[in-house]
Amino acid sequence: MPSASQTPPGPGMPDLAPRQRAMARAGQASADELLAALARAGAAPEAEDLRAPETGLVMVRGRIGGDGRPFNAGEATVTRAAVRLPGGETGFAYHLGRDRARARLAAILDAHWQRPEARPALEAALAEIAGRRVEAAQRAARKAAATRVTFFTLARGED
Amino acid sequence: MYVAVKGGEAAIDNAHRLLAEVRRGDPAVPELTVAQIREQMRLLVDRVMTEGSLYDPDLAALALKQARGDVVEAVFLVRAYRTTLPRFGATEPVDTGAMTLARRISATFKDLPGGQVLGPTFDYTHRLVDFGLADGDSRDRSPDPAAEAEPEADAAACPRVTDLLGQAGLLEPSPPDAGAPVGDLTREPVDYPVDRAVRLQALARGDEGFLLALGYSTQRGYGRTHPFVGEIRVGAVDLEFTPEELGFPVGLGTVDLTECQMINQFHGHGAVPPQFTRGYGLVFGQGERKAMAMALVDRSLRAAELGEAVAVPAQDQEFVLAHCDSLQATGFVEHMKLPHYVDFQAELDLVRRLRAEHAARAAAPPPESDESPLREAAE
Repeated sequence: MPSASQTPPGPGMPDLAPRQRAMARAGQASADELLAALARAGAAPEAEDLRAPETGLVMVRGRIGGDGRPFNAGEATVTRAAVRLPGGETGFAYHLGRDRARARLAAILDAHWQRPEARPALEAALAEIAGRRVEAAQRAARKAAATRVTFFTLARGED
Repeated sequence: MYVAVKGGEAAIDNAHRLLAEVRRGDPAVPELTVAQIREQMRLLVDRVMTEGSLYDPDLAALALKQARGDVVEAVFLVRAYRTTLPRFGATEPVDTGAMTLARRISATFKDLPGGQVLGPTFDYTHRLVDFGLADGDSRDRSPDPAAEAEPEADAAACPRVTDLLGQAGLLEPSPPDAGAPVGDLTREPVDYPVDRAVRLQALARGDEGFLLALGYSTQRGYGRTHPFVGEIRVGAVDLEFTPEELGFPVGLGTVDLTECQMINQFHGHGAVPPQFTRGYGLVFGQGERKAMAMALVDRSLRAAELGEAVAVPAQDQEFVLAHCDSLQATGFVEHMKLPHYVDFQAELDLVRRLRAEHAARAAAPPPESDESPLREAAE
């Protein structure tokens, strides 16, 4: 993933990867974890609503054969929020599920993340949250690995 | 024609109160929580998500609680709920090749990169009732923790089996993504014949029992396709969505999916040498039976495309797609229990008139004709 230093943000060409990563990590966090992250950055969990948190649908697409033409596999509930800080930064969140409070907190976090003075503390908090998720995923992978099987075919010759 | 009826408000209210009481069951037994259903009846929750065509485990669990465990009723609740919500758009197509695998098996290749991972499966269990799970015996006892092992080096990259076989040209490739609009049966009426994308959407939300029976019929000879399970994989994939106001994709979170790649017997013509053909299944959560049935029926519905005769139900897309939706089917079957008094009165009047005419003819002297009594009786 390119870092902000490799691709300096410029008008019309911002480097989005760090923000996308932060938004994705915030999306995996619980409301309590988001509150703790904001507190760590000294940011109040408050902002003006650009759009009140709203639950809606996205159509989940698959691909025929896994890698071919897209098709509509079914929908998923998604909750979105958009906020603005007094300084003008706008924050957004789109999360699976119907938790409006959590989406609003994530949008507030996204807005504060754009403030250079708040970003390091938020990044540190998000990295810890992501670390916990990675640990859980590794544990699941270890349990799956214990069920890895090797099948043998047996020749049923008469000799 | 259905003519509305009025009345019965108090009785209907009371019936609903009674339903709530019966739903709760014996008050001496603790009430189920939605979280308990979501965690411990997970395959049922997955089925309601798949056939409700809405990924939301808590909502599906709540619907099951409200529906007293009736799958079709829970699907009805989920589908009704979705109609109240706006649609923000469509996700990027999921990459099942990058799935975080909980399970992955192939019945066609025993040695494949990434290996065969059994995961949590009923396969190879003895199907003996475990009385240890009965109330009281298990309440204070957790199961032994699952075994753990260090994942092997190749476990991080598990290509789809179809990618491996496809490289040698032995397997037909997936239909290419030409950027064409993706048909959506929830937005446009289905106009037969429909393309494979719309068929897969219909099959994905179709009733598991109906599709299982149809898939089974193809195995028993009604449109034989000689299937093998190339691969079944179960696990989590990331969902990405590009909101209009942002213009870049954001991660929505992960969803659990089951994918089935069915490999079927050869096909070839003129310029194309013989190669395996394919059927595809993709469902929410862990739903292997459904994914397999979907893949079998997907392949059989490709009969016309592959130059096969369309002769049996599983090859007839209008028959399959128009009848595979449990909600549509139950709506038409179950509406018959609602009052049809005016309809039936009209039918009663008609049958009385026919009987009167019949009696009058029987009483009259036989006409001078050679018409047989049998034909008259059959009128």
